[in-house]
Amino acid sequence: MSGYPESLRESIKLVEKTRSERVEKAKRGEIFKPLTMEQRKEVLSKFHPDYMEGTKRVVNVGPDKGELFPNELADLLEAHSRINPKDFDLSNCDMETDVLVIGGGGAGSSAAIMAASKGAKVILATKLRHGDANTVMAEGGIQAADQEVDSPYYHFLDTMGGGHFLNDRKIVAALTSDAPIVVSWLEKLGMMFDKYPDGRMKVRHGGGTCRKRMHSCGDMTGSEIMRVLRDEVRNHPDKIEVLEFSPAVELLLDENGRCAGAILYNLETEEYIVVKAKAVIMATGGFGRLHFNGFPCTNHYGATADGIVMAYRAGIKLRFMDSVQYHPTGVVFPEQNVGLLITEKVRGLGATLLNKYGQEFVFPLEPRDVESACIIRECTERGNGVVTPTGRLGVWLDSPMIDMLEGEGTVKRELPAKYIQFIRHGIDISKEPMLIFPTVHYQNGGLWMDENAKTQIEGLYSAGEVSGGVHGRNRLMGNSLLDILVFGRRAGIHAAEYAATYNPKKLTLDHVVKYEEELDQAGIKTDRIAPMLLPDYIREEVKKKEKTSHYFGTLR
Amino acid sequence: MKGILLTGDKPIIPEGTKMVPVFIMGKKYLVPETLTIQKALEYVGYQLIRGCGCRGGICGACATVYRIMGEHKLYFGLACQTVIKENMVLTQIPFYPYKRKIHDIDNLEPTAETMAKIYPEIMKCVGCNTCTRACPMDIKVMDYINAAIRGDIEKCAKLSLDCIMCGLCTSRCPAQITHYNVGILARRLTGAKIFKRADHLKVRVQEIQSGKFDPFLKELIEVNEEELRRRYVEEREWEPLDSKEKGWKPQDQRYL
Repeated sequence: MSGYPESLRESIKLVEKTRSERVEKAKRGEIFKPLTMEQRKEVLSKFHPDYMEGTKRVVNVGPDKGELFPNELADLLEAHSRINPKDFDLSNCDMETDVLVIGGGGAGSSAAIMAASKGAKVILATKLRHGDANTVMAEGGIQAADQEVDSPYYHFLDTMGGGHFLNDRKIVAALTSDAPIVVSWLEKLGMMFDKYPDGRMKVRHGGGTCRKRMHSCGDMTGSEIMRVLRDEVRNHPDKIEVLEFSPAVELLLDENGRCAGAILYNLETEEYIVVKAKAVIMATGGFGRLHFNGFPCTNHYGATADGIVMAYRAGIKLRFMDSVQYHPTGVVFPEQNVGLLITEKVRGLGATLLNKYGQEFVFPLEPRDVESACIIRECTERGNGVVTPTGRLGVWLDSPMIDMLEGEGTVKRELPAKYIQFIRHGIDISKEPMLIFPTVHYQNGGLWMDENAKTQIEGLYSAGEVSGGVHGRNRLMGNSLLDILVFGRRAGIHAAEYAATYNPKKLTLDHVVKYEEELDQAGIKTDRIAPMLLPDYIREEVKKKEKTSHYFGTLR
Repeated sequence: MKGILLTGDKPIIPEGTKMVPVFIMGKKYLVPETLTIQKALEYVGYQLIRGCGCRGGICGACATVYRIMGEHKLYFGLACQTVIKENMVLTQIPFYPYKRKIHDIDNLEPTAETMAKIYPEIMKCVGCNTCTRACPMDIKVMDYINAAIRGDIEKCAKLSLDCIMCGLCTSRCPAQITHYNVGILARRLTGAKIFKRADHLKVRVQEIQSGKFDPFLKELIEVNEEELRRRYVEEREWEPLDSKEKGWKPQDQRYL
C-alpha cells in the first residue's frame, strides 16, 4: 500500500518511466550538466529568497546600525531586553565559574570538554535539554580531508567556492586544517563512523566538493556525535556542571568592558540567575525558527538567534547575517513532516531531482543555494512543480535509484532514520520517491570571531552556528558538524587559558541600559522582547481567550 | 513568496477535516485528525517547554504514552512523529530518572565483564521484551541488552544504533535497567576499541601537525580573489563516484 494519494501517484508513474534510463546514464558516469559560474549567479539573483525584494530591512541600532538584515531578525535586534538592569544586584552573584558555556549542542559540549581538560571549572547552561540542538538533526556527515587523493588545500577551495569566496580565509584554514584532528578525536571518543573492515573511513561526495570527504554514521551523523559528546560531558561532573532549561538572556561585562558572565533564566521556576565567569563561550546555535518569509524549517525548537541578540547588545558586530541557507530538500509530503530535512546524502548516493513530468532539471550536487534556487525556478517560473493535496509545491527526489545503483538494501542501511520517518506514513523510500521543496536550514553568518574563536570583546568566545565568517554566504554540507567541533574545541581551549590569567571584579549591565537608550533615540517604539527563547506556535484564536496571560516576547 | 504556499510551522488543515476527541492527560479536546500529537498540543494552546525538541523524530525529547479510550493496550511514540487517533488518551514523559556510571573509555575493554561491572543490573533482565515493545524507533532493545550480557559488544552497538535515548524502554523495565546508557557504552566501546582505527587518518593528522599543508593554506590565504577563483575553477578535478573501484588518482598532485 502506498502512502501517496492517487493525485501524486500519477506523477510518480512518470518518474518511474524515466528511472531505468537515468540509472543507466549514472552507471556510464554521465551527469546532468552543472551550471557555469555565470548561470549560478543568474538563477540565484532571480530565485533565491535572499536576493528578493522586501525580504530585508535596515536595522537602526547597535554596532551594525544601517546594515540590512532579514526582516525577522531585524525585529529581534530592534527589541527590548527581557530584564530591567535596575532589578539586579550584580555585587551578589548566584554562581561563579571559570568558563561559562552558553548552549548545550555540539559546539558547547566540545568547548566544555576541552575547557575542562585544560583545568577550568565549567558551567554549561542550555535552554532545553543538554543535546537539544541542531547538531542532533545533522544527518549526512562531517567533512575532513583525510584521504590520500585529498588535502586541506582542496577542502579550503571547495569551502570558499561554496561561500562565494567571501569566507574569512584564516578561519577556513583553521577549519580545514583541524578537520582530520577533529575526526580523529571523535574516533578516539568512540564514535561509530561508517568504515571498511580495515578501518578505512567510508567517504562520499557532498554538494560542491571535488573530493570525497564526507564521513558519516548512517544518516544519523549529528545524532551520533551529540550522543558521544554528551556522554563524555557526563564523565566529568566534577569539572562540568550542566544547567538545563536555563537559557542566558543577557551577557554581563566587567569594569574593563570584558565579558564576565551572563544572566540565566530558569524556564521552569522563572527565576533569573546571575553567573559570574572569567570567560564566556557563546554557542547558542542558529536562527532557523524565525521562519524567514514564511518558509518551514529543518531546525530544532530552540533555534531562535538568542546568542546573536545578546552579543549584539554587548557590542559584537555581525557578518553575513543577511544570508539564510535554504536547504534544497525539505519534506513537502506528508503534511505532518513539512520542512523536515532530507539529507544531501540522498543525492550523494546518486538520487536525482525530477519535475512533475519525471524529467531532470538540475545537477543534483550544486551548492545548496544554487540547488534551492533551481528548484524554486522549476516550481514557479517553469510551472513544473508537483502540487500536494494541501496545495504545496514540490519536486521529486528519486531515492529508489539508490538501491538500483548501489545494490538492494542500500537505502535502508545508509538512510535508516529517513526510512523509518517515511515508513511511519506508509511510504517506502527505497521503492517510491520523496517530494521535496527548499526549507530554512542554516544561519550562514553570525558573530565576528577570529580563527581562535575570539570575538571583539575580551573574554567572549564564539563557536558553531552563532558565529560568522566560516562559511561566507553559503555553507557546504558537512562543514557545520565540522565547524561546531573545530571552533568548539578552539573556544574551549582558549577560554580556559584566558580564564587562568584574568579575574573580573565588578559586573555590569550598562550595555543593556545603553542599548535601550539607543532604541529610544532611534525612535523605535515596540513591545517586542528578545531573546525570543521559544518560538510562538499558539493560535490567535486561543490567545484571544487567554485573558490573564502575559507574553514576554514569545514566552508566556 | 509569489506562487508558493508557505505557512512556517503551521500545518495546513484542509477544509472539512474531521475534528476528533483526544484526551491530553485525561482532559478532552477536539482537534483536526491530521495533526501530530505535538501539533495537537500546540493547537489546543500548550506552549511546550519540556517534551519538545527537534520536532523531527531524532532527539528523543517528546516520548509519549497513550491508550485508546476503553481499550487495554498501551502504545508508545514520539509526539512529533505520531498522528493523533480518535479517543487517544495520552501523556508525555519528558524525563525519566536514569542510571549512568562515570567511566573512562580509554581504560575499558569491550567485554561482558566491563558491561557487568558498570551496569550489573542487566543480568537481572527477565526477558519480558517490554522494552522492545516500548521503543518508538523499533529497536530490538531486549536483544541488545542480551548481546551486552553475552559480551557481544559490537552486536549490542549495531542493534542500538538508531537509539535516540528517549527513555521509554527504561520507564517500562521490571529489572530497572537504563537500557540506552548500556547501548551508548557499547557503541563507544565499539567505535573506540573494536573498529580498527583509520590508518590514513592517523597519517594525515601527523602530516598536519608537522605543518605539511601550512604553506599551501598560506598561499590560499594570501592570493587575490581573482586567483582564488581561477584555482577553484581550474584546479578542482572532480573525483568520480566510483573512484575506489577504479583506484582513481588526480593528475595534479602538488597539493596532496
